[in-house]
Amino acid sequence: MITLNSNIPEGPLAQKWSKRKSELKLVNPANRRKYHIIVVGSGLAGGAAAASLGEMGFNVSCFCYQDSPRRAHSIAAQGGINAAKNYQNDGDSVYRLFYDTVKGGDFRAREANVYRLAEVSNAIIDQCVAQGVPFAREYGGTLANRSFGGAQVSRTFYARGQTGQQLLLGAYSALSKQIGLGTVKMYNRHEMMDLVLVNGAAKGIVTRNLVTGEIKSWNADCVVLCTGGYGNVFYLSTNAQGCNVTAAYRAYKHGAGFANPCFTQIHPTCIPVHGEQQSKLTLMSESLRNDGRIWVPKSREDAKLIREGKKSPNDIKEEDRDYYLERKYPSFGNLAPRDISSRAAKEACDDGRGVASTGRGVFLDFRDAIERLGEQTIRERYGNLFDMYENITGVNPYKNPMQIYPASHYTMGGLWVDYNLMSNIPGLFVGGEANFSDHGANRLGASALMQGLSDGYFVLPATVPDYLAKCGLGGMPKKEEHPEYAAAEAAVRERIDKLMSIKGTHSPRYFHQKLGHVVWEKCGMGRTKEDLIEGVKLVREIRKEFWKDLRVVGTKDELNVELERASRVADFLEFAELMLRDAIERDESCGCHLRTEHQDKGEAVRNDKDFAHVAVWEYKGDDVEPELNKEPLVYENVHFATRSYK
Amino acid sequence: MSEEKTISLTIKVWRQKGKDARGYFETHKVSNVSTGSSFLEMLDILNEDLVAQGKEPIAFDHDCREGICGMCSMTINGMPHGPLPGVTTCQLHMRHFRDGETITIEPWRAKPFPVIRDLIVDRSAFDKIIQAGGFVSVRTGSAIDANIMPIPKEVADTAMDAAECIGCGACVAACKNASAMLFVASKVTQLNSLPQGKPEKDRRVLAMVKAMDDAGFGNCSNLGECQAVCPKGQTLDFIAKMNRDYAVATVKKIFKSTGKKKK
Repeated sequence: MITLNSNIPEGPLAQKWSKRKSELKLVNPANRRKYHIIVVGSGLAGGAAAASLGEMGFNVSCFCYQDSPRRAHSIAAQGGINAAKNYQNDGDSVYRLFYDTVKGGDFRAREANVYRLAEVSNAIIDQCVAQGVPFAREYGGTLANRSFGGAQVSRTFYARGQTGQQLLLGAYSALSKQIGLGTVKMYNRHEMMDLVLVNGAAKGIVTRNLVTGEIKSWNADCVVLCTGGYGNVFYLSTNAQGCNVTAAYRAYKHGAGFANPCFTQIHPTCIPVHGEQQSKLTLMSESLRNDGRIWVPKSREDAKLIREGKKSPNDIKEEDRDYYLERKYPSFGNLAPRDISSRAAKEACDDGRGVASTGRGVFLDFRDAIERLGEQTIRERYGNLFDMYENITGVNPYKNPMQIYPASHYTMGGLWVDYNLMSNIPGLFVGGEANFSDHGANRLGASALMQGLSDGYFVLPATVPDYLAKCGLGGMPKKEEHPEYAAAEAAVRERIDKLMSIKGTHSPRYFHQKLGHVVWEKCGMGRTKEDLIEGVKLVREIRKEFWKDLRVVGTKDELNVELERASRVADFLEFAELMLRDAIERDESCGCHLRTEHQDKGEAVRNDKDFAHVAVWEYKGDDVEPELNKEPLVYENVHFATRSYK
Repeated sequence: MSEEKTISLTIKVWRQKGKDARGYFETHKVSNVSTGSSFLEMLDILNEDLVAQGKEPIAFDHDCREGICGMCSMTINGMPHGPLPGVTTCQLHMRHFRDGETITIEPWRAKPFPVIRDLIVDRSAFDKIIQAGGFVSVRTGSAIDANIMPIPKEVADTAMDAAECIGCGACVAACKNASAMLFVASKVTQLNSLPQGKPEKDRRVLAMVKAMDDAGFGNCSNLGECQAVCPKGQTLDFIAKMNRDYAVATVKKIFKSTGKKKK
């Protein structure tokens, strides 16, 4: 049984964060360099946290698997970052951003955390602008905003279609400054293989140097994981190739609770799958839904003709098109939240009205916007996205509607953390997509960047020192005095030897692809109990086959991409079962999680009486069922309501 | 999707075990490649073939596969990122190649980017340049309200144009001098154009150019190869801007006022 103390400060919602900050213990500036902090991951959360903690004077080591911290996958976020600035004078406020986020998450997020996120959002914009992040501006020189799915105000700040890139490069520049000053030591091409616990607290990690294969343990006073999400469990996703669950899953195996693993976001606007050779799916920013209209033909015959290339979408008359989002959700229309839009696309395709050669696609059409605003305006707004689309598909989206289909994009689930972003393992902090905390069962657009930077710049730099101050100046555990480090290294070496020694016939990619197919079919956009149970069975079979028939060529003491993949896939194979299990236990529909047994005309039906909780899974052993712990979600300020975007 | 078919190719690829090992070309056939696949997916197919034969796959850097992380890096038929202008290798699709074609693939060739293995090179020299001055020194939490300082749209747009650099290093690979001027100039232009970057303008350009020289990158001879291969369309204008800033900063340094107190 894990003790789940959410550690939320007492008092009114709007004062909770100030109150907490005033209670947190501080470390005297002269003592800060005596504390060693490990940050794993260099994306928005990790990069910002490492930079900020380094700047405060702590001794920070930051690890990433890429060749530079600037490559972290936060860089791929396109659309924007939300903040409650209300620069548009359209009635926005911290409360409204908070409410939209809680509602968007279908009332499965922790109220106090979400409020803090909204509260901190404004300072993030200030910070990024001061760093030289070139956000879009109006002619008067002030910042521009756009609207985004799930909101009726324009609160999204953006840098063309590359907001994530610009924010990440901002964090990277802050991090680089500290690396130059020597307060942060950066370890590129290092992958975290395990967590080291000393007396029950997180006091280090084990890494594999991806160039030399060296296995090494590192000691520290605390560990901060900002290692992103697990969307690659689906094999095909919008995540980068290297994104993986290993760091989080290893922490889980050491006793950290894994919260809501079944909450995975399927993004509605991605380029459809073209065939078996595909390695990843590319997102088309949700911002396109501001001007693009989503439709499928009203009749199956038209859809069939389009699929066979016998009819052009441009020849389908207005009255024969079904703008299904506008029809079903007149007040939000094409800007309905992601989970709802994704499901509606699936429904249209299941109904036989899908397009694309596979029948798994819908149109995103700019014809009307181009007519209304002119091609030039559309080019200015989305030029780079249109180019990218044409590049990948060979189709010109100014002349023909885009084809899109939902794909795995983001994971709301993650390691359980308290209000201070500390997991149930003392000294193990988790930030960004790797934690579960802010998005509930569905994340709204432009909120991931906000959360990553909120955690990285503002929350972790306040809460981590408090933990360190409480630890005292005893110094971190010495490796030679604590056998835990050598033991953890040995365990990692043993696991690698095991992977290398199977000498079977199939590559790690083969198993990953197979796993992804099962997870997508059984635990994708619509889930049934039977499918999920079947999914568990299939995943176990693949896992068994993996450990019998895997082939890893090359050796372990050198750069070996096959070994890297094998090790990640091995963890995905175990993690997938946890995800399916969580989806079985959550016998309701909410946000992204649609249990087909619980719906009303295609809309998710929540069961607040039995499921208004965070499902926190506790590892009990390799062949033992994990234990489900529950953190009840108490809403003191908002009331449960059925989400309506009609 | 546009009409798709499959093609077969001959791949001549650079293999090199490690930094100090001797490299060589290896030739492989790869067939049944969908023209809708990306260049890296073609390499995935080849690698799966190699693995099935018990051979070591070709190591190459890649991550996001959507043209933004800057990790993929290979010279295809003599051109960094291949024949199609304005795209990274991961965004190059096989429909741009002919059935039966022979494709030659090499790593970035530049002294400051030593080969780690096969097509993977070490670009940490770029990080060092940024660490020297590619930032605005602003303490977390100490920023003023974002709208207090209006920035003309044209200035913001220039900064954004310059900021689009993905740090892939194609510019260096294309340059006969292995010059990193386009990379450095992009960051200098972004930050030096903005009012936020003004206080550190001189120090920044001097420090970054010094770091660039120290890392062993060559000089610019204005040939524009870098601009031609840049997947993000960075232009020589940025280099001109950096040269101007560098000249001003250097002159200022020489004639630095004696406003300091004597110690």
